[in-house]
Amino acid sequence: MSIWEYANPKKFMQTSGWLLPWVSALAAVCLMVGLGWGFFLTPDDYRQGSTVKIIYLHVPAAMMAINAWVMMLVASLIWLVRRHHVSALAAKAAAPIGLTMTLIALVTGALWGQPMWGTWWVWDPRLTSFLILGLFYLGYIALWGAVEDPDTAADLTGVLCIVGSVFAVLSRYAVNFWSQGLHQGASLSLDKEENVADVFYLPLLICIAGFVLLFVALVLLRTRTEIRARRVQALLARERMA
Amino acid sequence: MMPELGKYAGAVLASYGVGLGLVVALVGASLWRGAKVRRLLREVEYRQGRTNG
Repeated sequence: MSIWEYANPKKFMQTSGWLLPWVSALAAVCLMVGLGWGFFLTPDDYRQGSTVKIIYLHVPAAMMAINAWVMMLVASLIWLVRRHHVSALAAKAAAPIGLTMTLIALVTGALWGQPMWGTWWVWDPRLTSFLILGLFYLGYIALWGAVEDPDTAADLTGVLCIVGSVFAVLSRYAVNFWSQGLHQGASLSLDKEENVADVFYLPLLICIAGFVLLFVALVLLRTRTEIRARRVQALLARERMA
Repeated sequence: MMPELGKYAGAVLASYGVGLGLVVALVGASLWRGAKVRRLLREVEYRQGRTNG
């Protein structure tokens, strides 16, 4: 059995139909446990006070904003190289999810920044590259909507995705590239000194797992919708020709 | 049951409100469009099935 079997829409619909309820249920459980634990049961931080609870939304959303673009990049490359329609539709399906994650990261970051940094926004390398990533998401979604021929739209958005990857990488590593700006380094690290305190660690990991599973569930759901929408278009075109 | 959030209650509650609100809106919109397209596909397939005999 090969992974390319799932490029067949019928096979993808079969497998995703079986997988979707399980992934959705697991995502819901992880999000309820992680966010509930983080919000209700973890203590305040000695410096940040109760604003530390924002980490359970901000960090997973920011990670998924970047990872969603990486997934779109891989799917777009598969489309551009192998011309598998399901991969192009999966990239299209992931974009609104990535945009939502970017918005959550930006808004929760601003709400955290105001009391901690004394400002809602600063043109810090990481914040700025994240804002540009959000604009790339908007451009990507708009481009899919603007081009009528689906294969041409997939080609053009695939190229845009490759270009936008620069900002996805910058969003992740801007803090390391430029040792300036207000944004701190990674919250999760193998270095115990840099990692978040133990008491926040496990609920944060569960929230991250919840966001990853939510992303997978939504991509499956939305890709199934895109495949059906494509079939509707094909059937209506056949009807017009008859 | 509600934790004591102190002077940062506004920022924390607004973060959770906006974050969860956006997630719920995304899930709701995805389910709504999914149901709409599924219904449309059923209608078109039914119509064409009838036409084709």
